[in-house]
Amino acid sequence: MTIRFGNLRPKKGNIHINKERCKGCGFCVEFCPRDVLELSEEFNKKGYHPPRVVKADECIYCQLCEAICPEFAIFVTLKKEEEKGEESESRP
Amino acid sequence: MSREELAEEKNPMEDFLRMDRIPHIWCPGCGIGTVVTSFADALKKSELDLDKVAVVSGIGCTGRVAGYVKFDSFHTTHGRAIPFATGLKLANPELKVVVFSGDGDIVGIGGNHLIHAARRNMDIVVICVNNFNYAMTGGQVAATSPMGANLSTAPYGNFEYPFNLPYLVETCGATYVARWTSLHIRRVTKSIQEALAKRGFSFIEVITPCVTLYARRNRLGDGLNLLKYYYDQSEIQHGADTRTVGIDYQGKLIVGKFVDKEKPTFLDGMNTHLQKVLGEKYVPYGVKP
Repeated sequence: MTIRFGNLRPKKGNIHINKERCKGCGFCVEFCPRDVLELSEEFNKKGYHPPRVVKADECIYCQLCEAICPEFAIFVTLKKEEEKGEESESRP
Repeated sequence: MSREELAEEKNPMEDFLRMDRIPHIWCPGCGIGTVVTSFADALKKSELDLDKVAVVSGIGCTGRVAGYVKFDSFHTTHGRAIPFATGLKLANPELKVVVFSGDGDIVGIGGNHLIHAARRNMDIVVICVNNFNYAMTGGQVAATSPMGANLSTAPYGNFEYPFNLPYLVETCGATYVARWTSLHIRRVTKSIQEALAKRGFSFIEVITPCVTLYARRNRLGDGLNLLKYYYDQSEIQHGADTRTVGIDYQGKLIVGKFVDKEKPTFLDGMNTHLQKVLGEKYVPYGVKP
């Protein structure tokens, strides 16, 4: 359920994962506040399980996964929305 | 995700890292990478001229940072990161010199240099990543290993008293002292930002999990467990008396910004003293006209 405050709407993010660089530490999966990510079953070249996006719509562009990834393997870009409302500041 | 999309979107860390050296050597679950991201974020937010930033580090896991970041950087011999940074700062006072190194390097081998740089109030930023042992060489007892921890040179537990780093640097004269764990990402970023803006000796201790040695020998689980444990055990007390912030094995961690004060730096002191003694004929050094 999304709570609306007038025209304000939460930001949305696109998550980009560099699977080959991942070492499967699971920090991003554990600390994502919206549980957008999960560890996948597949293996990368190093033999780790990289994360994958399961609930892409839930991402609110907080960039915590980007900040916490020790491998610099994940980053988030702001999703441009078609119908543009007044943007809220989702980042602390 | 298609290749075209990837080419469009660039990881923001690529502006700060030498990408040909990535992937780095740090173990899965190590927290040093997070601290590097925080450092890059702090630099981005503080809007410094990146050509005027120099990163110096010594030997050790964290010592590798100098090789990975895309600034003027130098990887010095063991423990000598701070004297090198001191020389760099004095030779070119325009530079913002950051020492990025581990506890074994800064406090263990280079402990003498740390206290003297703090005593002189040298205008440098020291980011000390503390993982409680000499991780790169195999998990030996370091100057910060808590009592009772099992390490490779203390198989029945460590019985030496560890250093209390904020207390040590504060008594020596540091003007900015903070301690965080590596999961306090935004706070570490903010602290580094404040330290970069500060004139004087700034010291930030960041507690990170060492998965392969410290956690394995003490059976503390993986990086995720230890990272969470440190975060849960930490209690934020800004301005706490640094005498009370010592670290016990698996005990409570007191974090926060302990010291933030103003004091003339080494170069300020030199300029005022020599102006007083020599009078008009002395040209102040390192002061923008």
